[in-house]
Amino acid sequence: MAARTFSVRAPTPMPGWGLSFGIMLTMLSVVVLIPMAVLLWRGFVGFGAAGMWEVVNRPRVWNALELSFRAALIASLFNLVFGVLLAWVLVRYRFPGKRIVDAAVDLPFALPTAVAGIALTAIYAPNGMFGSALMQSFGLRVAYTEIGIWIALIFVGLPFVVRTVQPVIEEIDRETEEASATLGASRLRTLTHVILPMLAPAALTGFALALARSVGEYGSVIFIAGNLPNVTEIAPLLIVIRLEEFDYDGAVAIAIAMLVISFALLLAINLIQIWSRRRMGAA
Amino acid sequence: MTDTPAIPARPRPFRPATTEPALVKWSLIGLCLAVLTVLLFAPLYAVFDEALRRGWAFALASLSEPDAQSAIRLTLLVAAITVPLNAAFGIAAAWAITKFDWRGKAWVITFIDLPFSISPVVAGLLFILMFGANSALGMWLVANGLPVVFAVPGIVLATMFITFPFVARELIPVMLEQGRAEEEAALTLGASGWRTFLTVTLPNIRWALLYGVLLCNARAMGEFGAVAVVSGKIRGQTTTMPLMIEMFYNEYLSVAAFTMAGVLALLALVTLTLKSALEWRYADQLAATHRH
Repeated sequence: MAARTFSVRAPTPMPGWGLSFGIMLTMLSVVVLIPMAVLLWRGFVGFGAAGMWEVVNRPRVWNALELSFRAALIASLFNLVFGVLLAWVLVRYRFPGKRIVDAAVDLPFALPTAVAGIALTAIYAPNGMFGSALMQSFGLRVAYTEIGIWIALIFVGLPFVVRTVQPVIEEIDRETEEASATLGASRLRTLTHVILPMLAPAALTGFALALARSVGEYGSVIFIAGNLPNVTEIAPLLIVIRLEEFDYDGAVAIAIAMLVISFALLLAINLIQIWSRRRMGAA
Repeated sequence: MTDTPAIPARPRPFRPATTEPALVKWSLIGLCLAVLTVLLFAPLYAVFDEALRRGWAFALASLSEPDAQSAIRLTLLVAAITVPLNAAFGIAAAWAITKFDWRGKAWVITFIDLPFSISPVVAGLLFILMFGANSALGMWLVANGLPVVFAVPGIVLATMFITFPFVARELIPVMLEQGRAEEEAALTLGASGWRTFLTVTLPNIRWALLYGVLLCNARAMGEFGAVAVVSGKIRGQTTTMPLMIEMFYNEYLSVAAFTMAGVLALLALVTLTLKSALEWRYADQLAATHRH
């Protein structure tokens, strides 16, 4: 027994290895690992890659997948830019109500998605507070169009970039900025060439988290989207529709397609991040 | 002594090299507040505004309906089961990960984080596949009087999946930072393992634990997508508060929907308040990312 565990775990007098590792592995298996394995087995072994491709390779499914990833990318890009800006404002500036604003940034984490969904729909619907104003002044429909989906996903992903970038800005040594100014750089140049590169890795982490969250988002989107097939029907909704038709293979195929695309995207972001860290390290 | 150099008439207002001009600063603050108003504050206001459209009495009456009451009870029940289980998992995982050195740790941490990057709908689908009517296990469980899907156990499992990483993610960085020295000292002085945990470790991690539990609870009570898939939405039996909101909303019972939403929004505000209080008072005992 001892000889076997030694190869996996370094010796230590600390107690509770068996109990803590046992609880962790059992719960992780029951809640996450076995269900995920069942999904993948059901897809790749039970249904087969060819069968799944046939389900996914249809206009309605492609349109839903494209919409989900496009809207998530647009919303996360907005949150990337706005998140860095908001983090800067929250760390560097003093203004009345700052503490409340800082706390409120986490509202999307705390507010249930269904609540956010009906609330956003209420204000952006053609007869709502902002919806009617936008309609009358610009002829712009927000609710029940793709723009509505962007709004919901921006809401859902808002805190991620702010919360990853904020601690990094706090850690920035003011002397770096002073050095840059002493060497004759304008404030703008210091911000774009000295500060922003320092924030890039953290901002990308936040971007990846926001993207992962908003690709799969369901609750806040379905109320505001209108859910018109091929136009405003997101991929998670299509999975729900397949399940309601008892088409389990169809649901599995779309779910696996979403996982594969998400995985590829997150991998790409990870590579960019490694590249930007190296660049920072070399500089 | 008469040829003292002329004093410059008026020095230019001094601005440190590490700030932006006041005009830029206030425009950025204004822009941020405007975006947050449109995206965060307005929806929050709209929830309460819509709920109270026909007065307090009408709104409160919608909460005392049997369906609404059973939804509230179910949501409380699911949170009461899910949160302690995930807290226990979080403590066990953080202990195993931070107090011992073993191979495969990075993989386990990745798997714990997995639910954060999976769509809630896919999470629900996982448990339909495992325990649904088309799986042997599901059939057997139904035959033995323990249905999982379209019943409370399925809702609990789906909620556990969604909230799985919250406590562990909060505790791991804190316990990593605190190290093992205090526990080792207690053990050397003859304390038992449990006593070491209860009197040394637990007091060190209590605020971080509370922080994780708070976020876990908020998500558990508010989860929609995963629960919508596994619950079957049987009125009065498997309908949680967020699902009840959807039902009322689709039935054009606007006040009832927004009143239920208002209750959950109040919960969110309480969560945010407690969370901020923890961040301000016990920043040194929370994970580094929450210290600002």
